[in-house]
Amino acid sequence: MMGPLVAIIGRDIKLAIRDGAGLGTALGFYMLVVTMLPLGLGPDMKLLSRIAPGMLWIALLLAALLSMSRLFEADQDDGSIELLATGTLPLEVIVAAKAFAHWVTTALPLAVATPVLGLLLNLDLQANGPLLLTMLAGTPAISFLGAIGAALTLKARRGGLLIALLVLPLYIPTLIFGISAISAVLLDTGAFAPSILILSAISLISIVLAPIAAAAALRAQLG
Amino acid sequence: MQDIVVERGGRPVIDGLSFTVSAGEALTVKGPNGAGKTTLMRAIAGFIAPTTGSISLNVADSGNADDPTVAERAHVIGHLNGVKATLTVEENLAFARAFLATDRRSIGSGHTGAKRADAPRSTLTDPVYIALDRLGLGALAAIPAGLLSAGQKRRLCLARLLVTYRPLWLLDEPTVSLDIASTKLVADLIDEHVANGGLAMIVTHVPLGLSSTRELVIGQPIETPQVAP
Repeated sequence: MMGPLVAIIGRDIKLAIRDGAGLGTALGFYMLVVTMLPLGLGPDMKLLSRIAPGMLWIALLLAALLSMSRLFEADQDDGSIELLATGTLPLEVIVAAKAFAHWVTTALPLAVATPVLGLLLNLDLQANGPLLLTMLAGTPAISFLGAIGAALTLKARRGGLLIALLVLPLYIPTLIFGISAISAVLLDTGAFAPSILILSAISLISIVLAPIAAAAALRAQLG
Repeated sequence: MQDIVVERGGRPVIDGLSFTVSAGEALTVKGPNGAGKTTLMRAIAGFIAPTTGSISLNVADSGNADDPTVAERAHVIGHLNGVKATLTVEENLAFARAFLATDRRSIGSGHTGAKRADAPRSTLTDPVYIALDRLGLGALAAIPAGLLSAGQKRRLCLARLLVTYRPLWLLDEPTVSLDIASTKLVADLIDEHVANGGLAMIVTHVPLGLSSTRELVIGQPIETPQVAP
Protein backbone atom coordinates (compact mmCIF):
# COMPACT_ATOMS: atom_id res chain seq x y z
CA MET A 1 0.00 0.00 0.00
CA MET A 2 2.83 2.44 0.77
CA GLY A 3 4.48 2.11 -2.63
CA PRO A 4 1.50 3.22 -4.72
CA LEU A 5 0.60 5.88 -2.15
CA VAL A 6 4.06 7.44 -2.28
CA ALA A 7 4.00 7.12 -6.08
CA ILE A 8 0.80 9.11 -6.51
CA ILE A 9 1.69 11.82 -3.99
CA GLY A 10 5.10 12.16 -5.61
CA ARG A 11 3.60 12.29 -9.08
CA ASP A 12 1.07 14.98 -8.18
CA ILE A 13 3.67 17.14 -6.45
CA LYS A 14 6.02 16.73 -9.40
CA LEU A 15 3.24 17.63 -11.85
CA ALA A 16 2.30 20.71 -9.84
CA ILE A 17 5.92 21.90 -9.76
CA ARG A 18 6.58 21.21 -13.46
CA ASP A 19 3.32 22.78 -14.51
CA GLY A 20 3.53 25.73 -12.14
CA ALA A 21 0.31 27.26 -13.43
CA GLY A 22 -1.80 26.21 -10.44
CA LEU A 23 0.44 27.67 -7.77
CA GLY A 24 1.42 30.66 -9.90
CA THR A 25 -2.20 31.64 -10.49
CA ALA A 26 -3.17 31.10 -6.86
CA LEU A 27 -0.22 33.08 -5.49
CA GLY A 28 -0.71 35.86 -8.03
CA PHE A 29 -4.41 36.09 -7.25
CA TYR A 30 -3.74 36.16 -3.52
CA MET A 31 -1.17 38.94 -3.87
CA LEU A 32 -3.31 41.03 -6.20
CA VAL A 33 -6.41 40.86 -4.02
CA VAL A 34 -4.42 41.83 -0.95
CA THR A 35 -2.64 44.61 -2.86
CA MET A 36 -5.94 46.07 -4.09
CA LEU A 37 -7.52 46.24 -0.65
CA PRO A 38 -5.56 49.29 0.61
CA LEU A 39 -6.20 50.98 -2.74
CA GLY A 40 -9.92 50.42 -2.41
CA LEU A 41 -10.27 51.20 1.25
CA GLY A 42 -7.96 54.19 1.47
CA PRO A 43 -4.91 54.71 3.65
CA ASP A 44 -6.65 54.30 6.98
CA MET A 45 -3.95 52.33 8.84
CA LYS A 46 -6.15 51.51 11.82
CA LEU A 47 -8.96 50.17 9.65
CA LEU A 48 -6.57 48.06 7.57
CA SER A 49 -4.92 46.69 10.65
CA ARG A 50 -8.28 45.69 12.10
CA ILE A 51 -9.60 43.91 9.02
CA ALA A 52 -6.24 42.41 7.95
CA PRO A 53 -6.66 38.88 9.41
CA GLY A 54 -10.13 38.45 7.93
CA MET A 55 -9.13 39.81 4.55
CA LEU A 56 -6.06 37.58 4.41
CA TRP A 57 -8.12 34.52 5.30
CA ILE A 58 -10.82 35.26 2.71
CA ALA A 59 -8.27 36.01 0.00
CA LEU A 60 -6.44 32.78 0.81
CA LEU A 61 -9.65 30.72 0.63
CA LEU A 62 -10.53 32.15 -2.77
CA ALA A 63 -6.99 31.76 -4.09
CA ALA A 64 -6.83 28.12 -3.00
CA LEU A 65 -10.21 27.48 -4.65
CA LEU A 66 -8.89 28.71 -8.01
CA SER A 67 -6.73 25.66 -8.58
CA MET A 68 -9.19 23.22 -7.06
CA SER A 69 -11.09 22.50 -10.27
CA ARG A 70 -8.02 20.88 -11.85
CA LEU A 71 -7.63 18.37 -9.02
CA PHE A 72 -9.39 15.53 -10.85
CA GLU A 73 -10.15 17.20 -14.16
CA ALA A 74 -6.60 16.84 -15.44
CA ASP A 75 -6.67 13.09 -14.80
CA GLN A 76 -10.12 12.83 -16.36
CA ASP A 77 -9.04 14.70 -19.49
CA ASP A 78 -6.00 12.59 -20.28
CA GLY A 79 -7.42 9.22 -19.20
CA SER A 80 -5.17 8.82 -16.18
CA ILE A 81 -8.25 8.30 -14.07
CA GLU A 82 -8.67 4.82 -15.59
CA LEU A 83 -5.14 3.99 -14.58
CA LEU A 84 -5.85 5.28 -11.07
CA ALA A 85 -9.10 3.30 -10.86
CA THR A 86 -7.34 0.01 -11.65
CA GLY A 87 -4.72 0.40 -8.95
CA THR A 88 -4.82 -1.52 -5.70
CA LEU A 89 -5.45 1.64 -3.69
CA PRO A 90 -9.06 2.38 -2.76
CA LEU A 91 -10.39 5.49 -4.46
CA GLU A 92 -10.77 7.14 -1.04
CA VAL A 93 -7.02 6.87 -0.46
CA ILE A 94 -6.29 8.19 -3.95
CA VAL A 95 -8.50 11.21 -3.27
CA ALA A 96 -6.77 11.79 0.06
CA ALA A 97 -3.34 11.53 -1.60
CA LYS A 98 -4.30 14.03 -4.29
CA ALA A 99 -5.81 16.43 -1.77
CA PHE A 100 -2.66 16.15 0.33
CA ALA A 101 -0.51 16.92 -2.72
CA HIS A 102 -2.74 19.93 -3.41
CA TRP A 103 -2.24 21.12 0.15
CA VAL A 104 1.53 20.80 -0.12
CA THR A 105 1.79 22.52 -3.48
CA THR A 106 -0.89 25.22 -3.16
CA ALA A 107 -2.36 25.84 0.28
CA LEU A 108 0.94 25.59 2.12
CA PRO A 109 2.82 28.13 -0.07
CA LEU A 110 -0.16 30.50 0.22
CA ALA A 111 -0.07 30.23 4.01
CA VAL A 112 3.68 30.80 4.06
CA ALA A 113 3.32 33.93 1.89
CA THR A 114 0.79 35.42 4.32
CA PRO A 115 3.19 37.26 6.69
CA VAL A 116 4.66 39.15 3.74
CA LEU A 117 1.23 40.18 2.50
CA GLY A 118 0.28 41.10 6.07
CA LEU A 119 2.73 44.00 5.81
CA LEU A 120 0.60 45.52 3.04
CA LEU A 121 -2.40 45.54 5.36
CA ASN A 122 -0.52 46.92 8.36
CA LEU A 123 -1.09 43.65 10.20
CA ASP A 124 0.13 43.83 13.78
CA LEU A 125 3.54 42.11 13.71
CA GLN A 126 2.82 40.10 16.83
CA ALA A 127 -0.19 38.59 15.01
CA ASN A 128 2.03 37.11 12.30
CA GLY A 129 3.02 34.00 14.21
CA PRO A 130 -0.50 33.08 15.36
CA LEU A 131 -1.94 33.89 11.92
CA LEU A 132 0.52 31.56 10.25
CA LEU A 133 -0.27 28.91 12.85
CA THR A 134 -4.03 29.18 12.26
CA MET A 135 -3.46 28.94 8.52
CA LEU A 136 -1.29 25.86 8.86
CA ALA A 137 -3.96 24.28 11.06
CA GLY A 138 -6.87 25.38 8.88
CA THR A 139 -5.65 24.94 5.28
CA PRO A 140 -5.85 21.12 5.18
CA ALA A 141 -9.62 21.55 5.45
CA ILE A 142 -9.50 23.80 2.37
CA SER A 143 -7.77 21.18 0.23
CA PHE A 144 -9.78 18.23 1.47
CA LEU A 145 -13.23 19.89 1.41
CA GLY A 146 -12.37 21.35 -1.97
CA ALA A 147 -11.81 17.81 -3.24
CA ILE A 148 -15.52 17.12 -2.69
CA GLY A 149 -16.41 20.04 -4.94
CA ALA A 150 -13.82 19.04 -7.52
CA ALA A 151 -15.17 15.49 -7.62
CA LEU A 152 -18.81 16.56 -7.86
CA THR A 153 -18.15 18.94 -10.75
CA LEU A 154 -15.77 16.61 -12.59
CA LYS A 155 -17.87 16.33 -15.73
CA ALA A 156 -19.49 19.76 -15.53
CA ARG A 157 -18.32 22.26 -18.10
CA ARG A 158 -17.03 25.41 -16.42
CA GLY A 159 -17.04 23.60 -13.12
CA GLY A 160 -14.80 26.18 -11.48
CA LEU A 161 -17.54 28.56 -10.41
CA LEU A 162 -19.79 25.70 -9.40
CA ILE A 163 -17.06 24.45 -7.07
CA ALA A 164 -17.00 27.85 -5.38
CA LEU A 165 -20.76 27.71 -4.80
CA LEU A 166 -20.60 24.19 -3.44
CA VAL A 167 -17.52 24.48 -1.30
CA LEU A 168 -17.39 28.02 0.06
CA PRO A 169 -20.24 27.36 2.53
CA LEU A 170 -18.23 24.42 3.83
CA TYR A 171 -15.30 26.76 4.48
CA ILE A 172 -17.31 28.97 6.85
CA PRO A 173 -16.41 27.09 10.07
CA THR A 174 -12.72 27.22 9.13
CA LEU A 175 -13.01 30.95 8.51
CA ILE A 176 -14.88 31.65 11.75
CA PHE A 177 -12.44 29.84 13.99
CA GLY A 178 -9.43 31.07 12.04
CA ILE A 179 -10.50 34.68 12.65
CA SER A 180 -11.54 34.09 16.25
CA ALA A 181 -8.09 32.65 17.02
CA ILE A 182 -6.41 35.77 15.61
CA SER A 183 -8.82 38.13 17.35
CA ALA A 184 -8.03 36.38 20.60
CA VAL A 185 -4.36 37.24 20.14
CA LEU A 186 -4.96 40.85 19.05
CA LEU A 187 -7.49 41.59 21.80
CA ASP A 188 -5.66 39.40 24.30
CA THR A 189 -8.78 37.54 25.42
CA GLY A 190 -6.91 34.30 26.02
CA ALA A 191 -9.26 32.32 23.74
CA PHE A 192 -6.52 31.42 21.25
CA ALA A 193 -6.08 27.81 22.33
CA PRO A 194 -9.75 26.76 22.11
CA SER A 195 -10.13 28.34 18.68
CA ILE A 196 -7.06 26.75 17.17
CA LEU A 197 -7.99 23.39 18.65
CA ILE A 198 -11.42 23.55 17.02
CA LEU A 199 -9.73 24.67 13.79
CA SER A 200 -7.46 21.63 13.93
CA ALA A 201 -10.44 19.42 14.67
CA ILE A 202 -12.26 20.74 11.59
CA SER A 203 -9.20 19.94 9.48
CA LEU A 204 -8.86 16.45 10.94
CA ILE A 205 -12.56 15.69 10.38
CA SER A 206 -12.25 16.92 6.78
CA ILE A 207 -9.20 14.76 6.18
CA VAL A 208 -11.14 11.68 7.27
CA LEU A 209 -14.60 12.35 5.84
CA ALA A 210 -14.04 14.41 2.69
CA PRO A 211 -12.18 11.64 0.77
CA ILE A 212 -15.12 9.29 1.36
CA ALA A 213 -17.58 11.80 -0.06
CA ALA A 214 -15.32 12.75 -2.97
CA ALA A 215 -14.61 9.10 -3.84
CA ALA A 216 -18.35 8.37 -3.93
CA ALA A 217 -18.84 11.30 -6.29
CA LEU A 218 -15.98 10.10 -8.51
CA ARG A 219 -17.31 6.55 -8.64
CA ALA A 220 -20.69 7.79 -9.79
CA GLN A 221 -19.04 9.63 -12.67
CA LEU A 222 -16.53 7.01 -13.72
CA GLY A 223 -19.00 5.14 -15.92
CA MET B 1 -19.91 -13.33 -17.50
CA GLN B 2 -23.55 -14.08 -16.81
CA ASP B 3 -26.51 -12.40 -18.42
CA ILE B 4 -25.30 -8.90 -18.03
CA VAL B 5 -27.39 -5.89 -18.81
CA VAL B 6 -25.67 -2.55 -18.82
CA GLU B 7 -27.63 0.64 -19.09
CA ARG B 8 -26.41 4.04 -20.17
CA GLY B 9 -28.77 6.93 -19.74
CA GLY B 10 -31.63 4.60 -18.85
CA ARG B 11 -31.32 2.68 -22.11
CA PRO B 12 -29.92 -0.84 -22.15
CA VAL B 13 -26.81 -0.82 -24.30
CA ILE B 14 -25.87 -4.38 -23.55
CA ASP B 15 -28.84 -6.65 -23.01
CA GLY B 16 -28.48 -10.17 -21.72
CA LEU B 17 -24.98 -10.90 -22.89
CA SER B 18 -23.29 -14.03 -21.54
CA PHE B 19 -19.91 -15.39 -22.43
CA THR B 20 -16.83 -17.00 -20.97
CA VAL B 21 -13.21 -16.42 -21.76
CA SER B 22 -10.77 -18.99 -20.45
CA ALA B 23 -7.14 -18.66 -19.51
CA GLY B 24 -4.85 -18.51 -22.50
CA GLU B 25 -7.51 -17.04 -24.71
CA ALA B 26 -7.84 -13.80 -26.60
CA LEU B 27 -11.31 -12.52 -27.38
CA THR B 28 -11.75 -9.93 -30.06
CA VAL B 29 -14.85 -7.81 -29.61
CA LYS B 30 -16.31 -6.40 -32.78
CA GLY B 31 -19.40 -4.47 -33.67
CA PRO B 32 -20.55 -1.26 -35.28
CA ASN B 33 -20.03 2.14 -33.67
CA GLY B 34 -22.30 2.55 -30.69
CA ALA B 35 -22.86 -1.17 -30.26
CA GLY B 36 -21.60 -1.04 -26.68
CA LYS B 37 -18.05 -2.37 -27.02
CA THR B 38 -16.51 0.28 -24.81
CA THR B 39 -19.44 0.02 -22.40
CA LEU B 40 -18.78 -3.72 -22.15
CA MET B 41 -15.11 -3.14 -21.41
CA ARG B 42 -15.85 -0.52 -18.79
CA ALA B 43 -18.42 -2.78 -17.17
CA ILE B 44 -15.87 -5.59 -16.92
CA ALA B 45 -13.33 -3.19 -15.45
CA GLY B 46 -15.91 -2.24 -12.85
CA PHE B 47 -16.24 1.41 -13.89
CA ILE B 48 -19.94 0.92 -14.68
CA ALA B 49 -22.05 -1.35 -12.51
CA PRO B 50 -24.19 -3.71 -14.62
CA THR B 51 -27.91 -3.37 -13.95
CA THR B 52 -28.27 -7.12 -13.68
CA GLY B 53 -25.97 -10.09 -14.15
CA SER B 54 -22.55 -10.77 -12.81
CA ILE B 55 -18.99 -10.53 -13.99
CA SER B 56 -16.47 -12.73 -12.31
CA LEU B 57 -12.90 -13.76 -12.77
CA ASN B 58 -12.55 -17.38 -11.87
CA VAL B 59 -9.30 -17.64 -9.93
CA ALA B 60 -8.33 -19.35 -6.73
CA ASP B 61 -9.49 -16.82 -4.19
CA SER B 62 -9.31 -17.11 -0.46
CA GLY B 63 -12.91 -15.94 -0.32
CA ASN B 64 -11.99 -13.00 1.88
CA ALA B 65 -13.23 -9.52 1.22
CA ASP B 66 -9.54 -8.76 0.83
CA ASP B 67 -9.31 -10.53 -2.54
CA PRO B 68 -8.35 -8.32 -5.46
CA THR B 69 -11.25 -7.13 -7.58
CA VAL B 70 -11.46 -7.69 -11.32
CA ALA B 71 -10.14 -4.15 -11.84
CA GLU B 72 -7.13 -4.92 -9.65
CA ARG B 73 -6.33 -7.92 -11.81
CA ALA B 74 -6.72 -6.07 -15.06
CA HIS B 75 -4.80 -3.69 -17.25
CA VAL B 76 -7.32 -1.30 -18.77
CA ILE B 77 -6.27 0.60 -21.86
CA GLY B 78 -9.03 2.97 -22.88
CA HIS B 79 -9.38 5.51 -25.66
CA LEU B 80 -7.24 8.01 -23.80
CA ASN B 81 -3.62 7.31 -23.06
CA GLY B 82 -3.32 8.46 -19.48
CA VAL B 83 0.06 9.99 -20.30
CA LYS B 84 1.16 13.13 -18.46
CA ALA B 85 2.66 15.67 -20.85
CA THR B 86 4.99 17.29 -18.32
CA LEU B 87 6.50 14.05 -17.06
CA THR B 88 9.21 12.34 -19.06
CA VAL B 89 8.52 9.09 -20.86
CA GLU B 90 10.40 7.18 -18.19
CA GLU B 91 8.66 8.96 -15.31
CA ASN B 92 5.26 8.21 -16.79
CA LEU B 93 5.98 4.53 -17.00
CA ALA B 94 7.77 4.37 -13.65
CA PHE B 95 4.68 5.89 -12.05
CA ALA B 96 2.40 3.34 -13.72
CA ARG B 97 4.68 0.57 -12.47
CA ALA B 98 4.87 1.85 -8.90
CA PHE B 99 1.18 2.66 -8.76
CA LEU B 100 -0.09 -0.59 -10.24
CA ALA B 101 2.36 -2.72 -8.30
CA THR B 102 0.73 -5.33 -6.17
CA ASP B 103 2.20 -7.11 -3.22
CA ARG B 104 -0.52 -9.71 -3.13
CA ARG B 105 0.51 -13.19 -4.14
CA SER B 106 -2.90 -14.35 -5.29
CA ILE B 107 -3.16 -12.04 -8.23
CA GLY B 108 -3.73 -14.86 -10.70
CA SER B 109 -2.04 -17.54 -12.75
CA GLY B 110 0.98 -17.07 -14.96
CA HIS B 111 2.87 -14.97 -12.45
CA THR B 112 5.92 -14.26 -14.53
CA GLY B 113 7.45 -10.84 -14.78
CA ALA B 114 6.30 -9.12 -11.61
CA LYS B 115 9.25 -8.05 -9.55
CA ARG B 116 9.12 -5.80 -6.57
CA ALA B 117 9.03 -2.09 -7.32
CA ASP B 118 12.01 -1.43 -5.08
CA ALA B 119 14.32 -3.90 -6.80
CA PRO B 120 17.73 -2.46 -7.68
CA ARG B 121 17.54 -0.31 -10.76
CA SER B 122 19.77 -0.32 -13.76
CA THR B 123 18.84 0.34 -17.33
CA LEU B 124 19.47 -3.29 -18.26
CA THR B 125 17.33 -4.96 -15.63
CA ASP B 126 14.82 -2.23 -14.88
CA PRO B 127 11.45 -3.44 -16.21
CA VAL B 128 10.60 0.14 -17.12
CA TYR B 129 13.49 0.31 -19.58
CA ILE B 130 12.90 -3.21 -20.82
CA ALA B 131 9.30 -2.27 -21.62
CA LEU B 132 10.35 0.99 -23.27
CA ASP B 133 12.90 -0.82 -25.44
CA ARG B 134 10.35 -3.40 -26.42
CA LEU B 135 8.02 -0.67 -27.65
CA GLY B 136 10.80 1.23 -29.36
CA LEU B 137 10.80 4.16 -26.95
CA GLY B 138 14.11 3.45 -25.22
CA ALA B 139 15.91 6.35 -26.87
CA LEU B 140 13.13 8.76 -25.87
CA ALA B 141 13.10 7.87 -22.16
CA ALA B 142 14.30 11.26 -20.95
CA ILE B 143 12.12 13.58 -23.00
CA PRO B 144 8.78 14.97 -21.79
CA ALA B 145 5.92 12.81 -22.98
CA GLY B 146 4.12 15.89 -24.29
CA LEU B 147 6.61 16.04 -27.15
CA LEU B 148 5.79 12.55 -28.40
CA SER B 149 3.68 11.93 -31.49
CA ALA B 150 0.22 10.42 -31.12
CA GLY B 151 1.49 6.96 -32.02
CA GLN B 152 4.42 7.19 -29.63
CA LYS B 153 2.09 8.24 -26.81
CA ARG B 154 -0.08 5.24 -27.57
CA ARG B 155 2.97 2.99 -27.39
CA LEU B 156 3.96 4.55 -24.07
CA CYS B 157 0.46 3.83 -22.82
CA LEU B 158 0.72 0.22 -24.00
CA ALA B 159 4.11 -0.16 -22.29
CA ARG B 160 2.08 -0.19 -19.07
CA LEU B 161 1.02 -3.73 -19.96
CA LEU B 162 4.58 -4.94 -19.54
CA VAL B 163 5.72 -3.24 -16.34
CA THR B 164 3.43 -5.09 -13.97
CA TYR B 165 1.86 -8.46 -14.49
CA ARG B 166 -1.91 -8.59 -14.56
CA PRO B 167 -3.73 -11.63 -15.89
CA LEU B 168 -6.55 -9.77 -17.63
CA TRP B 169 -5.91 -7.29 -20.41
CA LEU B 170 -8.83 -5.10 -21.46
CA LEU B 171 -7.73 -3.21 -24.53
CA ASP B 172 -10.08 -0.74 -26.17
CA GLU B 173 -8.85 -0.11 -29.69
CA PRO B 174 -5.19 -0.47 -28.70
CA THR B 175 -3.87 0.17 -32.18
CA VAL B 176 -5.39 3.60 -32.75
CA SER B 177 -2.78 5.86 -34.40
CA LEU B 178 -0.18 3.08 -34.50
CA ASP B 179 1.78 2.27 -37.65
CA ILE B 180 1.81 -1.18 -39.23
CA ALA B 181 4.97 -2.37 -37.47
CA SER B 182 3.67 -1.25 -34.08
CA THR B 183 0.32 -2.89 -34.72
CA LYS B 184 2.17 -6.11 -35.39
CA LEU B 185 4.09 -5.58 -32.14
CA VAL B 186 0.86 -5.18 -30.18
CA ALA B 187 -0.43 -8.42 -31.69
CA ASP B 188 2.83 -10.12 -30.63
CA LEU B 189 2.48 -8.81 -27.08
CA ILE B 190 -1.08 -10.09 -26.86
CA ASP B 191 -0.01 -13.47 -28.27
CA GLU B 192 2.77 -13.75 -25.68
CA HIS B 193 0.47 -12.74 -22.84
CA VAL B 194 -2.10 -15.31 -23.90
CA ALA B 195 0.53 -17.99 -24.40
CA ASN B 196 1.60 -17.42 -20.78
CA GLY B 197 -1.90 -18.20 -19.60
CA GLY B 198 -3.23 -14.66 -19.58
CA LEU B 199 -6.58 -13.41 -20.72
CA ALA B 200 -7.11 -10.65 -23.22
CA MET B 201 -10.18 -8.88 -24.53
CA ILE B 202 -9.54 -6.56 -27.40
CA VAL B 203 -11.97 -4.15 -29.00
CA THR B 204 -10.71 -3.50 -32.48
CA HIS B 205 -11.89 -2.56 -35.92
CA VAL B 206 -8.75 -3.66 -37.73
CA PRO B 207 -7.66 -7.30 -37.98
CA LEU B 208 -4.68 -7.70 -35.64
CA GLY B 209 -3.47 -11.02 -36.98
CA LEU B 210 -3.43 -12.73 -33.61
CA SER B 211 -2.29 -16.32 -33.75
CA SER B 212 -5.46 -17.55 -32.10
CA THR B 213 -8.53 -15.59 -31.28
CA ARG B 214 -12.24 -15.93 -30.80
CA GLU B 215 -14.58 -13.26 -31.98
CA LEU B 216 -17.49 -11.72 -30.16
CA VAL B 217 -19.76 -9.63 -32.33
CA ILE B 218 -22.10 -7.40 -30.41
CA GLY B 219 -24.90 -5.19 -31.59
CA GLN B 220 -27.02 -5.73 -34.71
CA PRO B 221 -29.02 -7.75 -33.79
CA ILE B 222 -28.65 -7.02 -30.12
CA GLU B 223 -30.79 -10.01 -29.06
CA THR B 224 -28.48 -12.69 -30.37
CA PRO B 225 -24.84 -12.03 -29.74
CA GLN B 226 -22.87 -14.61 -31.66
CA VAL B 227 -19.77 -16.18 -30.28
CA ALA B 228 -17.89 -17.78 -33.09
CA PRO B 229 -15.64 -20.63 -32.02
